[in-house]
Amino acid sequence: MNPLLKALTLKSPGDMARLGVILALFGLILFGALRYENFLSQYNILSFLRYNSMFALIALGMAFVIMTGGIDLSVGGTAAMASVVAALLSPYHWAAGLFGGIAAGLAVGALNGFTVTVMRIQPFIATLATMLAAYGTGLLLAGNQSVSVSYDSGFTAIGQDDFLGFPIPAWIALLVYVAGWLVLERLPVGRHVLAIGDGEATAALMGLKVRRTLAAVYIGSGALAGLAGVILASQFGAGQPTEGVGWELFAIASVVVGGTLLTGGSGSVGATLAGALLLAMVFNILNFENGLGWISLSAYWQSVIRGGFLLIVVVLQARLMSRRTGEERV
Amino acid sequence: MLLSMQGICKSFNGIPALRAASLEVGEAEVMALVGQNGAGKSTLIKILTGAYRRDEGAVAFAGEDVSFSMPAESQARGIATIYQEINLAPQRSVAENIYLSREPRRFGLIDRSAMRERAAAVLRTFNLEIDVDQPVAGFSAATRQMVAIARAVTQKARLVIMDEPTSSLDEREVAILFDTIRTLKRGGVSVVFIGHRLDELYRICDKVTIMRDGKTVATAAMADMPKLALVRHMLGKELAAFEAIAKDADEGERRPVRLSVENAGAGVRVRNVSLTVREGEISGLAGLLGSGRTETANLIFGADRLQRGEIRFDGEVRSYRQPADAIADGIGLVAEDRKVDGIIPDMSIRENMTLALLPKLARAGIVDRARQDEIVARYVTALGIKCTSPDQPIKELSGGNQQKVLLGRWLCTDPKLLIVDEPTRGIDIGAKSEILRLLRRLADEGLGVLMISSELEELLAAADRVTVLSDGTSVAVLPRRELSEAALFAAMAHQVE
Repeated sequence: MNPLLKALTLKSPGDMARLGVILALFGLILFGALRYENFLSQYNILSFLRYNSMFALIALGMAFVIMTGGIDLSVGGTAAMASVVAALLSPYHWAAGLFGGIAAGLAVGALNGFTVTVMRIQPFIATLATMLAAYGTGLLLAGNQSVSVSYDSGFTAIGQDDFLGFPIPAWIALLVYVAGWLVLERLPVGRHVLAIGDGEATAALMGLKVRRTLAAVYIGSGALAGLAGVILASQFGAGQPTEGVGWELFAIASVVVGGTLLTGGSGSVGATLAGALLLAMVFNILNFENGLGWISLSAYWQSVIRGGFLLIVVVLQARLMSRRTGEERV
Repeated sequence: MLLSMQGICKSFNGIPALRAASLEVGEAEVMALVGQNGAGKSTLIKILTGAYRRDEGAVAFAGEDVSFSMPAESQARGIATIYQEINLAPQRSVAENIYLSREPRRFGLIDRSAMRERAAAVLRTFNLEIDVDQPVAGFSAATRQMVAIARAVTQKARLVIMDEPTSSLDEREVAILFDTIRTLKRGGVSVVFIGHRLDELYRICDKVTIMRDGKTVATAAMADMPKLALVRHMLGKELAAFEAIAKDADEGERRPVRLSVENAGAGVRVRNVSLTVREGEISGLAGLLGSGRTETANLIFGADRLQRGEIRFDGEVRSYRQPADAIADGIGLVAEDRKVDGIIPDMSIRENMTLALLPKLARAGIVDRARQDEIVARYVTALGIKCTSPDQPIKELSGGNQQKVLLGRWLCTDPKLLIVDEPTRGIDIGAKSEILRLLRRLADEGLGVLMISSELEELLAAADRVTVLSDGTSVAVLPRRELSEAALFAAMAHQVE
């Protein structure tokens, strides 16, 4: 077979779902561009990317966790706590804020990795516990209010400035996604993540270092949540201990819409980005729709619409899977 | 000597699984490892690969004492295992499965084209030309096995352990596998071949090690071990002889036929089985492990679909789509593994016994306790279940009494035919004969009983007729008067050519 043709051949039902999300994203962009005057304006595009980069980062960490068959509920709490840590450290140096926030997230991830791999606690429970603990720690550190960042150390540039005409958070997200793609597709550890999601016991029997890989995945997710927290603090000028509620669900939704199976063993970095952008785009389009003045949908309605959207995608995926694999669902 | 395991002991929760087992494999040798279910083969292999730790004993591999604490260590030393449920990552590609954890790299990144080419090259040595980019899930069991073997070969394995590698292969695929084993052997690799189909062992293995009850009972060159002797070593002899409780020979033949199975088949496990169960008789079903006994029971019970042949119940052709249909006709099945398929450990005797009956016992949707009590009390007495009260959790009972509760569960439904799969497994010897007497009494009351058993003494004592299965085919029907240990051994050692 022609190598190009072969590369384009869809190998699994997962590929179909992932192609679907990319098509849906382009469809939505086209819809927005045709319907709203300023949809493709520089302002809208740049602020869209600036604001949604942190969600994309969290979704990527979540994607790796879900590919192993696990889940990380702690990302929202971790991001909130990391934003406080970053804000508290920002007066010393912008780098102190940046790396301090990441380190805070990394610590939560390390704790998750430890409880999941060494203590053998279900990821759902382990990360639920750290989610609560992270929120609590953030509130304690912040004294139950938002913490202003320093405007003198250059910390705010991370979230607010541009580089080569492109928001810095978007650059960060882009770099991290390229790295994530390399790790998943071209580094052994990425393939091991997928093999572990395919079957943990089997992976162990094949001699893969299951614990170490799993721990790395949770640490990565924690660190990315920490990075998202840094961007949050920098962008809004304050550490926000009460932000982040529901972020984990948004991240899970992005990953699922991106065609990664919750059962693990399958997934793609590119489609995860598409999934995160797609869900964010729904939000963006609703804003424009409100702006037209025909309808006025509150933020609550937007949640309902996003939820319905997610449900449709998941049902379509399930149908696609059962048709492609010919398996009966139980 | 490549591998030497001596005096290996291993207990789980105080229950010994291995009692001084041994295994020796020479260079470039194919060693058969055989034994009944529970003989300790898998435990021995898991100790070798490092999945379990041994309690006692010594293991030497390639001249060095070894003690692996996880499979990765034994793999690194050249011991590869091809498990029955082939251990590959199903959604990953063939090439990846061969090289997972040893990916060829360039500049730190996986060199995918090198990986692809090498994988294809290895598979070609086994005459396998497939697209190595496809996920392994899409390939047949035989191909997946070949991929697992290719993985072993690229790991420079010196010893490859194959756990029932032919169980899901057809005849042609078995031939390909055996060619592969010969290729391995020519390359100086040794193989431990765990299997049950005797003719296959004689075709491919050089030597045989036989295990029973956690011990190694015999080791010999394949050529020096006639089939009959091999079967005898595997099954051994229980010391206790049961009292004969079977019917007089001729009386049974005049009773009406309750169940008749003719040339039944499904998949590769049940090829061609014929048997009959008459009213009021215990019909035995014998055969070595993997001969298709349990699968035949599942066919009769509607748990698997019949693909060929015919099943008649009380003279009428039946084709059950699900167990509920068979149950509605009056067929019950007491499954082989109580723990998995039978009891709900934390529930009481009462609940365990009447679980299936609850809808019938209900009045206006609420369970009628009085009737439930009455039924349970009746069967507790009738079956002689030893317990403090019907409310005692079933897990506190002995194995024999648990089995009686399960029998009681089916008897409540007033069945016409009861299939019992290894009814006395894991039960002490006194309780065994009690269960057998109970089955006899039930048969005397008109029930037809189909008894699957690996214990010959049990069949000799209780069965009115025994159908012998070998490789999914009924190879002999021995009526009571022709039933003897020698006859059973001979029939079981028989292999279909």
